[in-house]
Amino acid sequence: MNIVVLVKQVPDTYSERKLTDADHTLDRESADAVLDEINERAVEEALLIKEAQGGEVTVVCLGPDRATDAIRKALSMGADKAVHLSDEALHGSDAPATARALAKVVGTVESVDLVIAGNEATDGRSGAVPAMVAELLGWPQLTYARKVTTDGSTVGVERETDAGITTLEANLPAVVSVTEKINEPRYPSFKGIMAAKKKPVTTLSLADAGIEASEVGLANAATQVVESAPAPPKQAGQQVTDEGSGGVAVVEFLAGQKLV
Amino acid sequence: MSEVLVLVEHVDGEVKKITSELLTAARQIGEPSAVVVGEPGTAGKLGEALAAQGAEKVYAAESAEAGQFLVTPQVDVLSALVASASPAAVLLPASVDGKEIAGRLAVRTGSGLLSEVVGIDGSAVASHSLFGGTYEAKAKAVSGTPVVTVLPGSVEPEPAAGAAAVEQVEVPAADAGKSAKITGRQPVEAGDRPELTEASVVVSGGRGVGSAESFEVVEKLADSLGAAVGASRAAVDSGYYPHQFQVGQTGKTVSPQLYIALGISGAIQHRAGMQTSKTVVAVNKDAEAPIFEIADFGVVGDLFQVAPQLTDEVAKRKG
Ligand SMILES: Cc1cc2nc3c(=O)[nH]c(=O)nc-3n(C[C@H](O)[C@H](O)[C@H](O)COP(=O)(O)OP(=O)(O)OC[C@H]3O[C@@H](n4cnc5c(N)ncnc54)[C@H](O)[C@@H]3O)c2cc1C
Ligand SMILES: Nc1ncnc2c1ncn2[C@@H]1O[C@H](COP(=O)(O)O)[C@@H](O)[C@H]1O
Repeated sequence: MNIVVLVKQVPDTYSERKLTDADHTLDRESADAVLDEINERAVEEALLIKEAQGGEVTVVCLGPDRATDAIRKALSMGADKAVHLSDEALHGSDAPATARALAKVVGTVESVDLVIAGNEATDGRSGAVPAMVAELLGWPQLTYARKVTTDGSTVGVERETDAGITTLEANLPAVVSVTEKINEPRYPSFKGIMAAKKKPVTTLSLADAGIEASEVGLANAATQVVESAPAPPKQAGQQVTDEGSGGVAVVEFLAGQKLV
Repeated sequence: MSEVLVLVEHVDGEVKKITSELLTAARQIGEPSAVVVGEPGTAGKLGEALAAQGAEKVYAAESAEAGQFLVTPQVDVLSALVASASPAAVLLPASVDGKEIAGRLAVRTGSGLLSEVVGIDGSAVASHSLFGGTYEAKAKAVSGTPVVTVLPGSVEPEPAAGAAAVEQVEVPAADAGKSAKITGRQPVEAGDRPELTEASVVVSGGRGVGSAESFEVVEKLADSLGAAVGASRAAVDSGYYPHQFQVGQTGKTVSPQLYIALGISGAIQHRAGMQTSKTVVAVNKDAEAPIFEIADFGVVGDLFQVAPQLTDEVAKRKG
């Protein structure tokens, strides 16, 4: 089975995140960047399937140069090779354009049976890139999986969302996205980290991937941010120290707000 | 006036609360048309509720297959309607299904996608709350039809009378090569408490609650207020409460009238899921806990003292 894992580098959620004043895009300099936690689970699931069925795991990432750190992490976990789409012109691409570019890159990888993604990135939270990639590839989507099974020609998934659990089935090739519950990702071993340095990473420009510059980037986005700013700080609330009547104080506050 | 399509979220022949929020938001922009995708007979059951929420038209897209494939039937129906009705916008719930349907629809129709918005104005300019509520932005679609997913709880639903004229539309036959078949469903147990993302009051517990057994303290307070119960990731990871109740960046986003945090420190990832709550009350032993920065009312104290007293006081007021 040949599996592509879509991985994204995101700002560490522990560091301060903001948008740039210049063009309202994510200020990537202001925060540390890491391989998104959910993508470690996507890589893990791909490795588990490969270990059971053989084949190759290719990591695909769209992002600036420094996203190579995230790619190396995925390779050090055990993925075989990577394709990195990196081009200045991608700056500011919206979610549909990102999906379009990712679908094109998946198309450059030979005989792919399965694409595995995270269900939702921690930065943008659009949660729709995997579905859009499926739309563009014309493949079935089996997203928000807490369990994946495949026999090499079909794939089954337990999808878990607010609505409950849905079991899904489709023929390969297909797109799967995984949730936090799917597995516990392995830590890269020292050997894995050393081996990752020698694994092939193909860097593609837009032209290499057959993507028109007019399809991507801030200027061609189908949506436009018209203004952005830090939220006005919430005015400091009241604070009391419980000396035996804290619960009563809360009820009085709630009554004042007509909340009880 | 142009039509505005609203994808109706329904379960067991009932309209979900988010639908009335979407119909209210749609009226800002144009004439709301409800789109019902489901098995034959679904639209009939929902018609009355949709009329009371201001739907002028109800597009009934019904077929046996409509409920048997994941999200693609909805995408097929909406993209056909975008072509035939040229709506001013399409509004969907910012639920998992809603966001996926919206993404595919935007791709298929070459439209701008506005995700998880907290408000929308008459010219379809959408407001977003970013990075755990620390940032705000406004955005608009500049090509195609704006496809907008709206966070539950961000619009105050206002009833309005609508004609709810039913128009049958076709559900295109599913292409099994391009769609995932639904082979089973296990809906979440409704339980006696309101659903987390729909509740107007949420009481959440964190690591400070200390054990699964002590979560009873959280549940009792929730029940006295008719609230849903939530939990921080630390509480979920420690096995105190089931995962589906996790609030935060990797859990659910809630936007209730009142959010009560018990024994939760208020990490940015937790705030990401609750910061748009209208009123926040926090109880924490640690006066320096970051949750107090966003609390309208904070009690520095032991939750095992404060919460039971609060539960009793609420009960007393109710008489
Ligand atoms: C990628 C990523 C995603 C994440 N997603 C989420 C998410 O979706 N949701 C989420 O919640 N977290 C998430 N987290 C985790 C988050 O960073 C915090 O670790 C978590 O929110 C902490 O939970 P807590 O406040 O319950 O626990 P703690 O931070 O341990 O806080 C417990 C608090 O309880 C107080 N306390 C203890 N005993 C008592 C008592 N008897 N009475 C009163 N107060 C008491 C303590 O003073 C303390 O402030 C995520 C982290 C990462 C890296
Ligand atoms: N720039 C990107 N490069 C590679 N994969 C991505 C990118 N953006 C999104 N994805 C994939 O899509 C998943 C969901 O992201 P999103 O839809 O943005 O919330 C991520 O976990 C990744 O697997």
